[in-house]
Amino acid sequence: MSSSPTRPDPTHPDGSGRSGGGTFLGLPAVPPRSPYGTGNLRGDRAFPRAAREELGNEQLRRNLTRATHTIRGKRLAVTGELPDWERLREAGSAIKTDTMNRLPELLEELERKVTERGGTVHWARDGVEANEIVTRLVEATGSDEVIKVKSMATQEIGLNEHLESRGIAAHETDLAELIVQLAGDKPSHILVPAIHRNREEIRDIFRDRIPGVDPGLDAVPAHLAAAARAYLREKFMTVPVAVSGANFGIAETGTLSVVESEGNGRMCLTLPRTLITVMGIEKVLPRYRDLEVFLQLLPRSSTGERMNPYTSLWTGVTPGDGPEEFHLVLLDNGRTAALADRIGREALNCIRCSACLNVCPVYERTGGHAYGSTYPGPIGAVLTPQLAGMDAAKNDPNSSLPYASSLCGACFDACPVKIDIPSLLVELRHQHTEQAGTTAEKLAMKAAAAVMSRPQLFTAAQKAAAPARLVAGRDKVISRLPPPFDGWTDSRDLPAPPRQTFRSWMASEEGAAALRAAAEEGRRSRDGRGGRPDDGHDGKHDDDRPDGRHGDPHHGEEER
Amino acid sequence: MTATARETVLGRIRDALALADPREVTVERAYRTGRTLPDAQRLELLTDRLVDYKARVRVCTADRTARTVAEALSARGARRIGVPAGLDPEWLAAFDGEVLEDSAGIPAPRLGDLDGVVTASAVTCAETGTIFLDGSPDQGRRALSLVPDLHVCVVDLSSVVAGVPEAVARLVPERPTTLISGPSATSDIELERVEGVHGPRTLEVIVRTDA
Repeated sequence: MSSSPTRPDPTHPDGSGRSGGGTFLGLPAVPPRSPYGTGNLRGDRAFPRAAREELGNEQLRRNLTRATHTIRGKRLAVTGELPDWERLREAGSAIKTDTMNRLPELLEELERKVTERGGTVHWARDGVEANEIVTRLVEATGSDEVIKVKSMATQEIGLNEHLESRGIAAHETDLAELIVQLAGDKPSHILVPAIHRNREEIRDIFRDRIPGVDPGLDAVPAHLAAAARAYLREKFMTVPVAVSGANFGIAETGTLSVVESEGNGRMCLTLPRTLITVMGIEKVLPRYRDLEVFLQLLPRSSTGERMNPYTSLWTGVTPGDGPEEFHLVLLDNGRTAALADRIGREALNCIRCSACLNVCPVYERTGGHAYGSTYPGPIGAVLTPQLAGMDAAKNDPNSSLPYASSLCGACFDACPVKIDIPSLLVELRHQHTEQAGTTAEKLAMKAAAAVMSRPQLFTAAQKAAAPARLVAGRDKVISRLPPPFDGWTDSRDLPAPPRQTFRSWMASEEGAAALRAAAEEGRRSRDGRGGRPDDGHDGKHDDDRPDGRHGDPHHGEEER
Repeated sequence: MTATARETVLGRIRDALALADPREVTVERAYRTGRTLPDAQRLELLTDRLVDYKARVRVCTADRTARTVAEALSARGARRIGVPAGLDPEWLAAFDGEVLEDSAGIPAPRLGDLDGVVTASAVTCAETGTIFLDGSPDQGRRALSLVPDLHVCVVDLSSVVAGVPEAVARLVPERPTTLISGPSATSDIELERVEGVHGPRTLEVIVRTDA
């Protein structure tokens, strides 16, 4: 979903129903989410439906498995070699929490320092306003092109689409983002956005879409990278405006930072006359010294390198070196709404390393597109609903995101700033259930509670459930219940009811015999004549699940 | 009267913090800081990391700087090079090619005509193999060490520190600073690593053991 460029008024109200900025008559108001229908924080389908379709894409799954496992291995190697890794994580987590506690003063300090050093600071209530600000700034330069450094924030607000609607071409310069852009595609991973594409597809995209490219271009990655270098070099040398995001903004000094690998970031941050940086308000850090923590946490967690090839740090404008004009756009777009949630605000600590994606059994199989948001994977499942809301419309696809997890906890272990993603997911599920009001599932649960507390009713209900066996297939699984119970099977399969209930089996001759045999066995073992001849753990009991515990995510991972 | 976006966003943050109290936290910097390592260990660690990044490492003493710089340049066939205005001219005494002294007025595309660039460096982190350039006169503006395809960087062992905290402590925040860990690289196509995308595709590091 792209941004809607139909809102011409840059000074629109903030949507919170208040005219002022602060508290009204001393009563704090809940800050608004990112406005509905803008930007890229909501897909057009619920996660289970999207996931089912993505699971059919074998190439995607193959690429993802290889990518996530490779990066995972590298990350473990380089985090394992630091004896103080856990202490770095503790510090990183504490610094971010401290930052959120002091956000107003830190942002004001950042603004003051950037301004002192010749930069201009802009504030944007939401993505629509940020897009307007950037567009105005680009128009003021007279350029109808910008070069872009890979940036989650500008992806979130749909800046490229907005610029395009105003006749400004935005050229992505990160190789993967370029591939995605040329293909008219969407990123599928925070770190390697084109991981769903293979080399032959990329060659075809380049042959079709890069003007003047060698028609004999082959699919060797080095040659493809060289083709991108030649194409982009001309842009770096001629386009006078760059737009970037920021990994960190230091309040104490006004220093901004971009962490990257290819050198496209350095090009964009150095060569154009004007630099516009869009930064989420949560990316501020209190002290310059804090970089000593995050420059260790981020690269090792993200690419699994001891350090990424290039990191740029700049403070305002430096005469004779780099852009002559620097603008910093501070973006809210639902971040304050997340901050207003005591539990949920932890998601704002995220430094966008993507380690949680690479360890997630759900992400590994569905890929990033299924989440429908700029932020996929476990962190996306908690961040997206908080930024954009879960119940902004009927059947809001975002309401399915907190369920896009098996709650296995791998993401928590991998997170360099120790965000307790599983707890956040559970909290969001709770909030969704509360907000969703009376649903069929809720009523069913209530009915189940009533039935289960009365033995006779329970027995009758079990008998009544037997015909459901007819709905199940040969695999004894019900994938889709009829309405109004279909909510339950939207995201899970239901095992068919057994031929016989436990209670009726117990009352049968077969049950009575089994009970006698067990009693006899117990007596023998008490008499010291050895235990059971077979302990039953011969490993063959998983026969009914041929793929062991690595079932499809829509197939029982909920229970792991 | 309409509130500005600034007032609105700051107001929302204060509201958010009023609605959900801040969680008390103390920042404990219990990780390793202020580490020192003997010269030989720092050199060994740094060399290992740089080689891992596919950078070429040459080790020499200060009196052999000019000869080593010339060797590095000729090994890459560089005939026309750029240098920052503050670079010690002695370093180029053994180089017989053409030397362009950089200045802010030279447009960036012209830097692309150079075969390479020679700079000094501000500080280097051994544990991560990271060289920090800070725009000092012997390092020049950022475009100079970015646009040419070869970067020969001179690192004095006395400026090599053990870890990231020790390196960050030596930086001057206001200076435009670039951290370089090997040549540029991408793994964007099927995760296959390709060295050399947009920055200098070749990085030659000369470590001076007594400087």
